[in-house]
Order: sequence, then C-alpha cells, then structure tokens
Amino acid sequence: MGKGTAERVAPAPLVATSRQRRLISGDDVFRAVAFAAAALILVVAAALPAIARFGLGFFIGRTWDPVRTQFGALSAIYGTAVTSVIGLLIAFPIGLAAALFLAEESGVRLLRGPLSFAIELLAGIPSVVIGLFAFFILTPLMRDDVDPFLNHTLGFLPLFQGSPSGYGYLTAGLVLAIMVLPIMTALSRDVIRAVPRALREASLALGATNAETIWSVILPYARVGITGAALLSLGRALGETIAVTMVIGNRNEISASLFASGYTLPSVIANEFTEAVGNVYLGSLFYLGLVLVLITIAVNVLARLLVWRFTGSEPMAT
Amino acid sequence: MSRPLVRIFLDRLVAALIALCVMVAAIPVLVLLLFVVIKGLPGLLTPGFFTDPPHPQGVPGGGVLNAIIGTLEIVGMASLLAVPIGALIGVFLSEYGRNRLGDTVRFISDVLTGLPSIAFGIFGYTVVVLTTHHFSAISASVALAVLMLPVILRATESALMLVPQALREAGLALGAPSWRVTVEIVVPAALGGIVTGALLAIARAAGETAPLLFTAFGNEIVQSNPLQPMGALALTVFRNALSPYQNLQDQAWAAALLLVLLVASANILARLYVRRIQR
Repeated sequence: MGKGTAERVAPAPLVATSRQRRLISGDDVFRAVAFAAAALILVVAAALPAIARFGLGFFIGRTWDPVRTQFGALSAIYGTAVTSVIGLLIAFPIGLAAALFLAEESGVRLLRGPLSFAIELLAGIPSVVIGLFAFFILTPLMRDDVDPFLNHTLGFLPLFQGSPSGYGYLTAGLVLAIMVLPIMTALSRDVIRAVPRALREASLALGATNAETIWSVILPYARVGITGAALLSLGRALGETIAVTMVIGNRNEISASLFASGYTLPSVIANEFTEAVGNVYLGSLFYLGLVLVLITIAVNVLARLLVWRFTGSEPMAT
Repeated sequence: MSRPLVRIFLDRLVAALIALCVMVAAIPVLVLLLFVVIKGLPGLLTPGFFTDPPHPQGVPGGGVLNAIIGTLEIVGMASLLAVPIGALIGVFLSEYGRNRLGDTVRFISDVLTGLPSIAFGIFGYTVVVLTTHHFSAISASVALAVLMLPVILRATESALMLVPQALREAGLALGAPSWRVTVEIVVPAALGGIVTGALLAIARAAGETAPLLFTAFGNEIVQSNPLQPMGALALTVFRNALSPYQNLQDQAWAAALLLVLLVASANILARLYVRRIQR
C-alpha cells in the first residue's frame, strides 16, 4: 500500500488494515499472473522443437510441408499483413467518418441513436456468424461481380490480375474491415469527444466552416488518439481467426494478386492444429502462435499507450 | 470572390461524405442480420432442431441438441471459474490496488483483452489437453474463463469505484473493519455493475469458436461429461457451413441464428440491468 500513490485517483482507497483480506485477494491475483506467465513458458517449451530446428529462418521460409517436416512462416505472415492492411484501409476512413458523425454536437440527432445501436450490435455478433455470412453471401458476390469489375477497371495493376475464385486476400480483408469497424468507430468517437469544446467553438467563431474545423482543428488535435484507435483495430484484425479462415482459401502461397488464396497466422493454426503429428509439426504451429501473440501484444501496448495518453482514461471498448 | 462559395461547397461535400460513410457503416450489420434471420428461421422452426442429436452426414433431418447442451455447459463452467475469480480481482483492484501490483494486474488484463481468441485455445490446449492427454469440455471452459477474466475484473473495478466514498466512511465510522465494509457494504452496492460485467463476458464467450477448436473439439453425440469432447453451437456453425450437404448448411444458418439470439439476449439483459441501476 504505497501511501504516496494513494491520493492519485478519485475515490481514495481505504487503509487496508486487515492483512487477512489483502492476502486472499493478493493470492488470487498472483495466481492469475503466475498462471499466465506459466502458460507462455509452456507455449515456448512446446514450440522449442521448431525453434531449435528452424530458428529465425522460420520467418523467411516459404515452404510448409508436413510430409518432409519443412516449415516456414513467410506466407502466413504475408497473408496476415496483407489482409489486415486491406481491412484497416477500408475501416479507417469509414470508422473515422462515423465517429465524427457520432461525436458531432449539431447535425442529425435522429440518426445518432440507431447508428450507435447498429455499431454496438455489429461488435456483438460472433465472428463465426460473420464468417458464415461471408462464406455463403459475400464470396459469390466477390467472385461474380466485385472481382471481375476490379479486374476490368484496374486490371493493369498486378494487385487485380488473375482469375477470381471469391476466396482470397481481398475477401478476407473485407471481412476484417466489417469486424474492425465497430472498434475503430467507438474508440475514435471517444477520442474526438475528448477534444476540448472551446477549441471547436473558437474555430467556428473565427468563421471556419464545419469541414474546416474538422480538418484543421479536430483531426490535428486528436491525431495521436486516432492513431491509437487504428492500432487497436489493427491488433484485432491481426488475430481474427474463424471468419478469415472461412474465406481466405487456405493455401500456403504468396501471390501479388489480391484475388489469390492465401493463409494467415491464425488460420494456419486453426486449420492444422488437430491434425498436426510429430513434435516438429506441432512445435511449428506453437511457434506461429508465439509469433502471433508477441505481435499482437506489441501492437496493443503501443495503441493503449497512445489512446491512454490522449483521453487520460483507459479505452474500454474491446 | 468565389472563395466563400468554394468553402461552402467543400463544407457540404464533407458533410455528404460523412453521411455516406455512416450509411456504409450501418449497412453490413443490417444485411447480415437480415440474412441470418431469413436463412436461419426455417431451420430453427424445424421440429427436432432443439431436441434431436445430429444425423450422420447425408441423412436429412437431425438437430443440434449436442451443441446446445455443449454451449450451455462449457460457458456455464467457464462462468463458474471466471466470475468469482474475476470479481475478487476487481475488488482487489478497486479497494487495495493503488500500487505497483495493482497496476501490473491492470496492465496484464489489458494485454489479455487484446490477445487473439485463438491464443486462448492454445492456452487451454497446453494447460489442460496436453496434461490430461485428451480433448475435453473442461479444457474449453478453462480457455474461455481466461478470456472472460479481464472483462469481469475491469467491470467489477469500475463498479466499485462508483460506490460513494461516504458509504465506506460511514461503515468504518460505525466501527466495522475494512473487510466487512468491503464485503457487506461496497460489494452489495456495486452488485449491478458486477452482474453486468459477468453477462457481457458470458455473451462474448458464448460466441467464440477459435478457443474451442482444439479444446472441446466437437462431438456429434450428446455428451454431458465435462471430461469428454463436446459439441458447441459455434463449432456446429463452423463445421456445417464447410460441409457439402445442403441440410447441414441449413442447420449452420439455424445454429447461427440461435447463437446470435443467445448472445444478443445476454447483451440486452446486461444493458437493461445498467439502465435499472442508473435510475
């Protein structure tokens, strides 16, 4: 019980005189912490055969061959990066605009309630249901309409060449955009609401239009927080498993075309974990898991620091 | 001379763009729910959907009794694990946690919140499946419990922080030791917030698939023994969707609708609770 820190936060804590009580709760906490640490060590231990065998070469290896026990993670890492970037590229502007709308004080009040509700609803839909929708509804739509259209108009880019099957990076990226949108919107809304009212009013009083106020006052002021919101969304996109697994096509290849099938870190694990035989195969999947966990932890910690520094409170939307 | 016009035009343009984006943001959820209801409702109303176990592949008919029992049991056991521990940690954070240990726990809980759900599956697999040498419902519950923990403990902490300081001081002034103040005054006053957190956590856990893939594993047979592999609604949606049989695909939609209803009702219950408390 540090006395110096006791006054820092609003409801000053009781002076804990009952040592018994403190022991009980402290115990639980410690158990949870120790448990988590132990689990990480277990994962490392389970990944050891693969780490010992492939080392850092794991990250540049492109073969994934269970028969010859040759494993490399490059195509999964590539797929994860490409799909997450597509997802964020779509969700970032839309989420930011929706957040501006929701945080706006004037404007159409009537729409705000239903929109907030719709976005909260979207955040609560299980990822397997979004995957089901994408698998049966979105994939045929991409194959028959969206992909051919992109191929026709932008086909001179390598990104949009090749024959579309409906499964692949682009569809997976679109699914990620749908899944990340609620987080992006909710977090940016909180960030924009934290912009001091006086600043906005001063800008309007100087004769700036709403758009000019957004562009030259609100967005620059909220830049750090919005970056944090985007990073938290990215963290979510990197680890999304089931919905992506259903539409990515699950092929261990690296292709420039966004129409091509690929693999992502979580979808390799989801697909192959139960059929992995042998220490090296299973170890390689654990190795992938370890990489995924470390990347998401890094992204999340960075994002939380940014959002926290900006709003002065923890981001609660998850 | 034309500048004001340009500025007004730009302002309108931005307003229109924002409105457009807002509509685009709202469309996916509406379309998605529409499809789930339209494609899932016939299956949901089929006799036997709730009461029959699945039929073998290719044989029409059958239900998802195994998955309903599995989801309820797995999530129930996970709640039994996560709610008491999470609430206790929340109490610790709010009442005794203004120190290095408290900050560490908060940080770890935030990290847990950001972890991909499949990581919890790997956790359940390493801690329970590898040590007991087979897939089981309880390993899925352990994985889901860890996933639920941060939601519950942060909700508990913020609920307890909202309890007026004067209540605590009144209790202490009456001569109660601080643990009795916590247990008999602060926690009951904050109970609504704790229940809300638990419900939100349950809603999240019920919809998860990735943590179940290599813990509960799935089971076509109706199974209630927690030490055996068990089906779950989310697993039914996932596996049946990828199967080539039309009746199984229809069942996937129906199971998805059931899952959405389950998750939504837990969410709505939590929200109603909050509203009642705020009044």
